[in-house]
Amino acid sequence: MSETILETKNLTYQYGIGTPFEKTAVEDVSISIEKGEFLGVIGHTGSGKSTLIQMLNGLIRPTSGQVLLDGQDIWAEPKKIRAVRFRVGMVFQYPEYQLFEETVLKDIVFGPKNMGLSDEEALARAKEAAAFTGLKEELWEKSPFELSGGEKRRAAIAGVIAMDPDVLILDEPTAGLDPRGRDVLLAQITQYHKKRQNTVMLVSHSMEDIGRTADRLLVMNQSRCAMLAPTKEVFSQSAKLEQMGLRVPQITKIVQELGALGCPVDPSTLTVDDALKQLLPYLKQKLPRKEAGSDAV
Amino acid sequence: MLSDITLGQFFPRKSVMHRADPRLKICLTVFAIVLIFAAGNFVSLALAVAYIGLGMALSKIPLKMYMKSLKPILFLVVFTAVLNVFYGTGEPLWQWGFLKVTKNGLLNCAFVSIRIIVLILASSVLTFTTSPTQLTDALERLLRPLSKLHVPVHEFAMMMTIALRFVPLLLEETEKIMSAQKARGADMESGGLIQRIKALIPVLIPLFVSAFRRAYDLATAMESRCYHGGEGRTKMKVLRFGGGDWLIAGSAVLALAAFIVLNVVFPPAIVR
Repeated sequence: MSETILETKNLTYQYGIGTPFEKTAVEDVSISIEKGEFLGVIGHTGSGKSTLIQMLNGLIRPTSGQVLLDGQDIWAEPKKIRAVRFRVGMVFQYPEYQLFEETVLKDIVFGPKNMGLSDEEALARAKEAAAFTGLKEELWEKSPFELSGGEKRRAAIAGVIAMDPDVLILDEPTAGLDPRGRDVLLAQITQYHKKRQNTVMLVSHSMEDIGRTADRLLVMNQSRCAMLAPTKEVFSQSAKLEQMGLRVPQITKIVQELGALGCPVDPSTLTVDDALKQLLPYLKQKLPRKEAGSDAV
Repeated sequence: MLSDITLGQFFPRKSVMHRADPRLKICLTVFAIVLIFAAGNFVSLALAVAYIGLGMALSKIPLKMYMKSLKPILFLVVFTAVLNVFYGTGEPLWQWGFLKVTKNGLLNCAFVSIRIIVLILASSVLTFTTSPTQLTDALERLLRPLSKLHVPVHEFAMMMTIALRFVPLLLEETEKIMSAQKARGADMESGGLIQRIKALIPVLIPLFVSAFRRAYDLATAMESRCYHGGEGRTKMKVLRFGGGDWLIAGSAVLALAAFIVLNVVFPPAIVR
């Protein structure tokens, strides 16, 4: 787990140098991402998250500083930057707007084919990826424009997963989906992560989603890396997060306030299930006669 | 990057030129362009250049931005300049085979180059200091007499506003889609012409799809606000021709008078 796969050194990016719109989007970020971890990325709108992740797979060239993939500067040979993009897969926000082919499978095959794989191998990968994201087989030969919003999203994510990247970066993959769609997609991403044992970076504005999935959290604030620590550790500092325009998951907030009232709970509880496990015995002990119901939570 | 294009961009500032009535600015731009082409000698051309230079200075926009706006036409300038250098008549100053450079040719070359450059600068003053909305508002007002001839002036102006409004949006969208496809390994920077055109398909199709989607959304939004065209429509910002505008218009009349005098008094510069 402790092996580093991606590393940034003093990474800085400035927009529009020399124009009146000059702006530093990412400033002096030095982080290292471990092989096989599930890293959550949170930050206020405009905090530099999107720019940062686009530098990680070489879509944006940093103004200064380095991105190291397996210890090697990805811009050492600019001509080979495509190889980096195959290894660091990137799913953009609203990825369904990138679909273009005649059929869903043909679209998913686009990435693997660009890698230079044979037709059969690319197709095999595409099918595997489509199954991974839960796209039903009867949709595979349909035009991607006939699918529903959620299905389009899955097809687009499959298009990146089919390249089998070592690092998968997802920029708000659940934005605009209904609650059930969010849950299912997140579950599939975690499952994918477990099965392939690769590194996943998830950018999200939903603290609940992040709390449920991420091992570690990267917090961006005003173009800088404000924190990089295990999820529980980050979410135990709710005051600091709120200053940055962020918050902790709702259940964590409840637990923290209960803790302040003298209830013996772990202030970094991240899920409702965990909270239940701690609260139920406590409630039973406090209210021995009444049946302590789960409706209290 | 696509967003580096400054030609036709608006730079919000607080300056005399920004405050001036957009109708006046459009007329002045046309006026300046006419001056440039009517100029027969270097003295009257200098006056036209000075007049446009004054507009540039009053716009409070850095010279660098104006220089950037010249970039796209640099090729045109060089091309015409080179042609003119070799097409002069008279005593050759330098000769190599059938190529000869004459004093006359050099003068013509300078004259034509200045004309093209200043032409672009003049229109840049207009677009840099006038927001697209103001521009179309003014055009609509200036073209209103045409509606007597059943020309749908308001509809044209509305179409132009929408088109201009969507240019930056579509540029942004193109960049996003390009990034997404590059992340999937699309190769847009190498290969021959046909390969490069083929590489555009994954960008163009999503772009068209999203342009249509936006068009539908906009049509719905306009209809739900009961938009029904130009008749009886009032403006939120009514264009007003103020005291400052009369001053500027007066300066144009003076410049025109001086220009005519200079043009007549001095001999023409371009000799064939």
